[in-house]
Amino acid sequence: MSMQETAYVRTEMLPEREPPSLNTGPIGWIRANLFPNWFSSLLTLASLFIIYKLLAAFIPWAFGGVWNASSLKECREILQGVDAACWAVIHERFWQLMYGFYPDNLYWRPNLALVMLIVALVPVLFEGAPRKLLAVTIATPFIGPWLLWGGTIWTPVAAALGFVVGYIVYKLIAGALSDLAGLVLGPLAAVLWWILLAGRFSDLMAGILPLGLQPVESRKFGGFMLAVTLGITGIAASFPLGIILALGRQSHLVIVKTLSVGFIEFIRGVPLITLLFVAQVMLAYFLPRGTQFDIILRVMIMITLFSAAYMAEVIRGGLAALPKGQYEAADALGLNYWQAQRLIIMPQALKIAIPGIVSTFIGLFKDTTLVSIIGLADPLGWVKLIQADAAWNGIVWELYGFVAFVFFIVCFSMSRYSMYLERKLETGHK
Amino acid sequence: MSEVEFDHHADRSRMKVSDEVAVEVINMNKWYGSFHVLRDINLTVNRGERIVICGPSGSGKSTLIRCMNRLEEHQEGKIIVDGIELTSDLKNIDKVRREVGMVFQHFNLFPHLTILENCTLAPIWVRKVPRREAEETAMHYLEKVKIPDQAHKYPGQLSGGQQQRVAIARSLCMKPRIMLFDEPTSALDPEMIKEVLDTMIELAEEGMTMLCVTHEMGFAKEVANRVIFMDAGQIVEQNEPEEFFSNPKSERTKLFLSQIL
Ligand SMILES: Nc1ncnc2c1ncn2[C@@H]1O[C@H](COP(=O)(O)OP(=O)(O)O)[C@@H](O)[C@H]1O
Ligand SMILES: [Mg+2]
Repeated sequence: MSMQETAYVRTEMLPEREPPSLNTGPIGWIRANLFPNWFSSLLTLASLFIIYKLLAAFIPWAFGGVWNASSLKECREILQGVDAACWAVIHERFWQLMYGFYPDNLYWRPNLALVMLIVALVPVLFEGAPRKLLAVTIATPFIGPWLLWGGTIWTPVAAALGFVVGYIVYKLIAGALSDLAGLVLGPLAAVLWWILLAGRFSDLMAGILPLGLQPVESRKFGGFMLAVTLGITGIAASFPLGIILALGRQSHLVIVKTLSVGFIEFIRGVPLITLLFVAQVMLAYFLPRGTQFDIILRVMIMITLFSAAYMAEVIRGGLAALPKGQYEAADALGLNYWQAQRLIIMPQALKIAIPGIVSTFIGLFKDTTLVSIIGLADPLGWVKLIQADAAWNGIVWELYGFVAFVFFIVCFSMSRYSMYLERKLETGHK
Repeated sequence: MSEVEFDHHADRSRMKVSDEVAVEVINMNKWYGSFHVLRDINLTVNRGERIVICGPSGSGKSTLIRCMNRLEEHQEGKIIVDGIELTSDLKNIDKVRREVGMVFQHFNLFPHLTILENCTLAPIWVRKVPRREAEETAMHYLEKVKIPDQAHKYPGQLSGGQQQRVAIARSLCMKPRIMLFDEPTSALDPEMIKEVLDTMIELAEEGMTMLCVTHEMGFAKEVANRVIFMDAGQIVEQNEPEEFFSNPKSERTKLFLSQIL
């Protein structure tokens, strides 16, 4: 055969065709995923059977439950031997599970704080939200706690002034000496203000202009309100602290690096519950006599430090995944360290670290239940209190089920949000 | 390495070299640990010069040009860029980096920012140019590198050649007086090399001072006024391109040229 006969030139392009329908659509999916061969088909059928059995037991139990009764005994009388839930306990004790002993005429205050928090989160979480909402975001860390604990308005004002003081000192020092000196002395001035002057300032101003809310003591905090308060402050504070620690760990300054590594490794090596005991018992020894240092505040600090160490490692993972070229390009363009971090490095490193960051947040929120061990009445603490009541003695599934359900809703929302965020930040780069 | 054919032949009459010095490197030495990577480098580059640096892999070409904007630190000797000596003084480093643009082998665009944002970022934050003005400048340079219609895409959506042209535009937006290129076409598919080299030729015609590490000898013949050959951390030979290619002096240069041409 000669070459001329085998040589071949296509003159027209073939048109595109639909894929065979057996591979697409719901039927295609079911075939491909549930019944690809006899063994998988068997597993699918077995799973369906188990799911059916579980639902057949759970649905009548949950939906046939009793909602109105004043004790477990009454529930049982109403049910007359039928095996169903006694939701009445949730109904009866709902407000305590939600707010603990917080005065019921003041529920509007935590509610308002929560609404404020949600409004404050909108510009942080969603691009394209009105920029004016940022004012709420800035005010919430000060107004929120004031709403919860009450007291004079001058306390949050004094707290906010600390940042103003820090910023002014930073500007002055950075202008006169160096940026680094400003970065050290600015925060130092703020801390000094908070420790030494803020209290006097707010007392003084409260004397002149007594504006305030009825104070509520920490020991009245409880239920999900306490869990959310601890969770939110922990998340909000551990995130920036984690970033700073991650950067510190990468720093060329030996002191900064050693401190960061030491802190991270120490905290990661110690169980959270130990830190909580330290917060409960030990911290009091280190503080000057007579200092009132709120137990919730102490716990908040420990939870924050704990998850900041994990956060730092998660963020370091993101930093390590960035190619060196990104730093070099930022340097070559003349961006300084902080500009490069803020505009180039962190946006990418944090994006890479989103799954880990959100896992840490979820873990932190669930870990707030450990405070029940040191005697704070979080939702699990309340479960025990309710079980200790003679009227509800012996009730288990309903209470734990309810608490688990609420935790699941919150944690699952966080997880979904992180998926949304990852999709939104996808720019086709690999 | 194959030579690229250019549609557009460089107009050498427009490439004027002034006698003002742009970069001066005097007795410069650099070590990585105990490894002596750059040895006694002496080099003077005048404003408007186009210098091509070539040499075998690992000979220190990248390190040399990276010392010129202090991405790498030298331990001995002097490097004076645009009249400013590079020392550990951060203020001087910032000044030099504002005047020196750099294009990398792997583009190093910022993947989380659009093309336009890549180009406006440094002018806005480093030169403090108002956003509107920075965007106008960016569009001007994106038109020059012939990709204005991609301005709102992300780098990941562009071809390699397009990304490298964006990287050039990004550097130009800072209005640098000197441009450094570190193997700008080595990571590109053959059909994209030409579009990048064309952009660089135009830049040369406008009188930009350029130091370019490349093995594109066609480009060297077209625009360079001097070719520098490096080996084992030293400048072994430098000459005008015609002489360099037709009549190399050192054995090492001959060997190198025989391998790449
Ligand atoms: N950060 C570094 N640490 C240690 N050695 C390095 C580093 N960067 C480059 N080198 C070494 O220095 C030499 C010169 O590198 P380079 O300038 O990148 O060469 P070229 O660009 O000519 O290929 C090589 O031997 C390389 O292995
Ligand atoms: Mg190189």
